[in-house]
Amino acid sequence: MDLLLLPALILIPLVAGVAILLGAPAQRTALAAAVLNVAASLYPLITYWKTQCDCWDWGFQVLSNPEINLRLGFASGASAVMLALSVIVTLAAVHSGKCPEGRERLWYSSSLFIAAGAIGAFLSSDVFFFYAFHELALIPTFLMIGILGRGDRKATAWKITIYLAFGSIVLLAGLILAVTQMPSWSIADLTAAPRHQNEIALLLIIGFGTLVSLFPFHSWAASAYASAPAPVAMLHAGVLKKFGLYGLLVIGMKVAPDGMLHWLPWICVLLLGNIIWVGLVTINQKRLDLMLGNSSVMHMGYIFLAVAALSANPENSIAEPAAVLLMFAHGISIALLFSLASVIERKTGTLEISQLGGLAKTAPALAFVFGLAGMASIGLPGLANFAGEIMVFFAGFADWKPADGLGWVQVTTIIALWGVVLGAVYMLRAYRNTFQGPLVKATESASDIGLSEKIPTYFLAATLLVVGVYPHIILQFL
Amino acid sequence: MQPHIIEFITVGFGLVLLMFEAFSNGNKSRIGLIAAGGLAVILAMLFCPAPEGYAVPGWMERFYGDSAVARFYKIIAVVSTILVLLMAVDFHKVLSKFTTGDDTGSGTGEFYCLPVFACAGLMWMASARDLVSIFVALELVTITFYVMVAYMRRNVGSVEAGVKYLILGALSTGFLVYGIAWIYGSLGTTDVSLFTSVLAEGKFNHTYLLFGIALILIALGFKVGAVPMQLWIPDVYQGAPTPVTAYLSVASKAAGFLVLMTIIEPFLAADATSSSVTLILLVMTGATLVYGNLSAISQSNFKRLLAYSSIAHAGFLLMGVASVGFTAVSFYLGTYLLMTFAAFYVLALIRAEEESDEIDAFDGLGTRNPVLAIALTIAMAALAGVPLTAGFWGKFLIFKSAITAEVSWWLIGIAFVSVAAGFYYYLKVVKAMYWNAPRNEKAIAVPTITMVVLAALTIAIVFLGVYPQPILDLLR
Repeated sequence: MDLLLLPALILIPLVAGVAILLGAPAQRTALAAAVLNVAASLYPLITYWKTQCDCWDWGFQVLSNPEINLRLGFASGASAVMLALSVIVTLAAVHSGKCPEGRERLWYSSSLFIAAGAIGAFLSSDVFFFYAFHELALIPTFLMIGILGRGDRKATAWKITIYLAFGSIVLLAGLILAVTQMPSWSIADLTAAPRHQNEIALLLIIGFGTLVSLFPFHSWAASAYASAPAPVAMLHAGVLKKFGLYGLLVIGMKVAPDGMLHWLPWICVLLLGNIIWVGLVTINQKRLDLMLGNSSVMHMGYIFLAVAALSANPENSIAEPAAVLLMFAHGISIALLFSLASVIERKTGTLEISQLGGLAKTAPALAFVFGLAGMASIGLPGLANFAGEIMVFFAGFADWKPADGLGWVQVTTIIALWGVVLGAVYMLRAYRNTFQGPLVKATESASDIGLSEKIPTYFLAATLLVVGVYPHIILQFL
Repeated sequence: MQPHIIEFITVGFGLVLLMFEAFSNGNKSRIGLIAAGGLAVILAMLFCPAPEGYAVPGWMERFYGDSAVARFYKIIAVVSTILVLLMAVDFHKVLSKFTTGDDTGSGTGEFYCLPVFACAGLMWMASARDLVSIFVALELVTITFYVMVAYMRRNVGSVEAGVKYLILGALSTGFLVYGIAWIYGSLGTTDVSLFTSVLAEGKFNHTYLLFGIALILIALGFKVGAVPMQLWIPDVYQGAPTPVTAYLSVASKAAGFLVLMTIIEPFLAADATSSSVTLILLVMTGATLVYGNLSAISQSNFKRLLAYSSIAHAGFLLMGVASVGFTAVSFYLGTYLLMTFAAFYVLALIRAEEESDEIDAFDGLGTRNPVLAIALTIAMAALAGVPLTAGFWGKFLIFKSAITAEVSWWLIGIAFVSVAAGFYYYLKVVKAMYWNAPRNEKAIAVPTITMVVLAALTIAIVFLGVYPQPILDLLR
């Protein structure tokens, strides 16, 4: 009976989404589904947290030849952490943003479908459904950006579709090439592929890399998040984008460790592209949403650094926990920032940084939470991202002996450290120009966040604080 | 029920239906319903197990075989014929307008009888085991199609399509007969089941045989819509009555692939011919994928889009044939039936409503009829190969067999890029439905039959997207 909790976690948002399309009250149904999902996930998460047992394994065979199962469970601790991230961000996302009049059905059902896809992907312990559930989330993303997005929404929706379709197809090629050499499709049974390791690793790096916005396949991400309605930006940047990194950690490293090592220099160069190049691009942004989108792309570089450290040394015991912790922290912080950016746009009518100023005077609570999330995002100690980032940097030098000299990973880590400075520059500057200084026309009559906005933002902010102070709460899963 | 009796029953039913049609008057669309009902009974017969110890009668053994795969294709034939007939019933106003010139429907009776004969031909083709019986069954189907394509005689497009189909069809028939003659000349038999042993003996002229195979591949390329014999497809698809287009797209293609697999299997298995035949198939696959997808991208007419995409699907299927993934090909065709018919049902409805097949006729469908728009979105997603729809499994299994067989990495690369291209042009329709403002605010009413069939197809696409095993079970 307990085991049915896992399929229920996917079915609840799916059924609620369909119910909304068929006429159920949109906002209430979505909220009820999100709350129910948080509640339903607690028991599996707590039992896994305590025992790391493989008792949460549920599934049935959907195809006999090749044998493919719809198998749900915690493929690794990362899977449990990602589930926690998904349900938390979903709850905040259905609270966030202002739904345009008359589009409630599309707005809330799409958000729930994206959530169902993300939860399904992270819960799947079979490669096939891991891939399939992720794809499920892309169609509502496409529709939401195209119909309810901002700015040049149609062009952005096409761009994201083409990029993600391309990434998914390359990824599928890599996955099929890998698992056709395996006895089964179960993630638990994956081992190093006997042949074509370099090709598999290349396909997975390009495929997963495009989905994660690894440089130079990153240009879809910032504009997509800037265009997307708040819940989509939160779910996509906060949760769905972690799919690629999660995939590299739980599948890529298992099936093609030699291939990953073969491409290590490239991974190092590209991730520095994310951190340094995109970091510089982020400094130059004039709009708050584009700045957040680019900063999100930049931070993926740090998580890739952990992947690189693991590729260089599969025995590295810090790298995977570091990556997972940072994925969780980044997911929460970026979701919170996108949610607050949507609030700022609603209150002031603009996200142009040059047209904002002094918002802290009229909206102190908003300024406080944004400041907290912004500081978390750039790795201020005491908040969740700091713990993740510092562990990533440690991972770069784990098991390193000075006598060996500096390898690819160590050099990359040293350069990547400068990204922290870039982060501080763009975030502090944006914060100062938005919240400090004298009031301007757009901000003088802006009101502070109301109770309905406070609930999700405080919830996410508290999560950042709790994990920041006590990261063991996440690391215990790993 | 003895399997071979069912085909005779189908022909008999078609004849009775023709008689009934001759003596009935007024609106003939009820004949379509009777025909669909009769075929539903025949479908039920197909699901009845053969009697204990059943064997094909001696006098039929030479040209008729019974197997699970044959039964699977017969199910595809009957189901698609039923769906065509039901679509034609809801399509009767358009049909009537372009045949009798009014909306009485008095002269449309044969249109509902002909698919029954085509269905019988398709069923025979599924069991045909000899080049001659394959040819006869194929012609029964093709000649019926000539009539159906050109049925709307007051519509220039339909007549033009019929003539084009007739001329090119006759050409392909020529190629087929000529190819059969060369194979017979080389191997000394037209019995496909003997090919393997004759090839193993090695007493044949290699060049003559390959020439024969090449001719047959060209002829069958016409039937399945593969390059270099694909040129008829866009014009014929566009001109033919929409139910016939759907029929061509699904049943005719399925039958063509079954025949292709039946004939080509011994040659792919034999050392003497396998590398040459595989090479020809790979070249055809690559060209078909590139042509179909590149052409589909620029289409603004939905019927032509489906026509070019059907060429692209033929490319994927050919890749399955080349990698000897016959189960994957059959599986693909089973799922292709569902999604293509769902798309054509919506198209037929919009065609009747807007008098246009253009993609912009779908503008704003999301607000004019959300249920219809969701059904078409699911069908388009399935055609594009989005996971958790039936269409994904088909592509997935084809790719799996191609990668396992390591047929050609270049070709697999082209095929993967083709899938990405498919996302682009199928989503163009989804975009029109949701992003574009509607041409008018009038809500679209959906006739009961279309509604029920669409609901069934959509549910099947999603259900089989999660649990595809039932299709695989049918193939065992």
